[in-house]
Amino acid sequence: MRETAVEVQDVVVKYGDVVAVDGVSLTVPRGAILALLGNNGAGKTSLLQVCEGFRGPDAGTVRVLGLDPVADHDDLMPRLGIMLQSGGVYPWATAGDILRLFASFAANPLDTDMLLDRLGLRKFAKTTFRRLSGGEQQRLSLAIALVGRPELVFLDEPTAGMDVGARQTTWELVESLRADGVSVLLTTHLLDEAESLADHVVIMDNGVVAATGTPAELTAAAGIDLLLVRADPALPVAGLAARLDAKVTEDKPGEYAIAGSLDTESIAMVLGWFATAGAQVTAVNTRRRTLEDVYLALTAGAAR
Amino acid sequence: MTTESGTFTPAPGRAPMRAILRQQVRMELLLTARRGEAVVLAMGVPLLVLLGAGLTEATNVPGDDRLGFVVPGVLALTVMSTAFTGQAITTGYERSYGVLKRLGASPLTRPGLLFSKTAAIGCLVALQVLALALVGVVVGWRPELSQILPAVGVTALATAAYCGLALLLASLLRPETTTAAATLIYVLMLAAGGIMFAAPDLGPAGSFLLPLAAHADALRHALTEGSSVPVSSWLSLTLWAAVALTGAARKFRWE
Repeated sequence: MRETAVEVQDVVVKYGDVVAVDGVSLTVPRGAILALLGNNGAGKTSLLQVCEGFRGPDAGTVRVLGLDPVADHDDLMPRLGIMLQSGGVYPWATAGDILRLFASFAANPLDTDMLLDRLGLRKFAKTTFRRLSGGEQQRLSLAIALVGRPELVFLDEPTAGMDVGARQTTWELVESLRADGVSVLLTTHLLDEAESLADHVVIMDNGVVAATGTPAELTAAAGIDLLLVRADPALPVAGLAARLDAKVTEDKPGEYAIAGSLDTESIAMVLGWFATAGAQVTAVNTRRRTLEDVYLALTAGAAR
Repeated sequence: MTTESGTFTPAPGRAPMRAILRQQVRMELLLTARRGEAVVLAMGVPLLVLLGAGLTEATNVPGDDRLGFVVPGVLALTVMSTAFTGQAITTGYERSYGVLKRLGASPLTRPGLLFSKTAAIGCLVALQVLALALVGVVVGWRPELSQILPAVGVTALATAAYCGLALLLASLLRPETTTAAATLIYVLMLAAGGIMFAAPDLGPAGSFLLPLAAHADALRHALTEGSSVPVSSWLSLTLWAAVALTGAARKFRWE
């Protein structure tokens, strides 16, 4: 149990007849960052709400830091840092007031001035929440989530509405969280965010898990999808295509493209075929899939 | 980066609950004080009624003792404006802004949040009633103090009933509609609740239909006449409190 920050098993979340989450299982190890990646409406926020104890699952089980988020709500809350997708703050409270309020709830709070500095909010300490821009409100919500020195933080679309600089600051902050041993479960629809921050990525689509793994595993599992070979022109490639589950074309004279899901064996076979054909191979290039290719392939057909 | 590593090393824990509740009540009071319209509604309107109806012949009141009729009514009115109207509007917006949801998911906890709100309302009601009673005394009202405890008792009951109604309203309606409804009810009660002039004679049913009239009547008996609070007032306010709090407990929504 010590090793696991969040354990979600076969969780179903329904709103009336609409099934938002349909049998999702995932694990966030202690000290790791897990990104829930998916389009709007994929069920990410619904799953997060269940982990945060705002509602119970309609089926399945959730354990957060070994506790039940609904039944053990009051014991769990001081150990969590929660950042909602939006709102959650009195519009007429100043940034400084509200951060100090949340700090006063904690036994060992962080220094609020340090946190305001770190998130570039010091000059807004006396500004009311409603006068902050969307990105500034997001950063304040992040500060509120962190001020109690939690073991585990839930970040729902943490960089939504932030400009490039603020996003960079936030990413660096999340990196420091991991470095200091805080576990993080975040949702995002930004591929670069998931790829650069997360130890584990869970891709959700229409309420189910479409794929799961480290960013490297996800791209590696998809393999190499394009092999470019430069050799003598006008080779009889139809014979090669027949032996492969791939499309082989000669795009320009002497430039062959082999497109398809290629593993090591099939690449060896392709190069062997060129050797057998007596061709002089002068260049070989591969193109690996990116997380974006994986993601788009998995969520194809979903509304964009 | 300027932050040293180890800054975020987990050290979770809840501050002592008394300190948490004190800070939350302080925040609730601070935010109320910052909202000008809330202060006007809670203090300005009752003050205007007190001075207008209490010192001039602008309205007809039963009996000869104008201040003896008007001041207890104004005290009852200010309880309603804070515990019902102000509370309903604030709660409606706090729900729509996600504040209730967020604070409920903090070390404050949901029961702690409800306690803080109640305590803040209690503080405000006490402050306002004292301030307005003081103004009443300054302009010539001479309350009887022998029945002060029953007067405090019915005021606590009325506060509970109004709080319940406010939370119920804010849970059933959108915040804009809540604001409109709570303000409309305030104006209707101000007109028909027996504050500036006698309430419409509805017979014994009157004090059950109009909690404001029942509260005002009870305060007049206790503070102006020094007599005991009528049983009908006790019954009416107890009934209102029971129904409103039960309804609020069943229907209250955090988000």
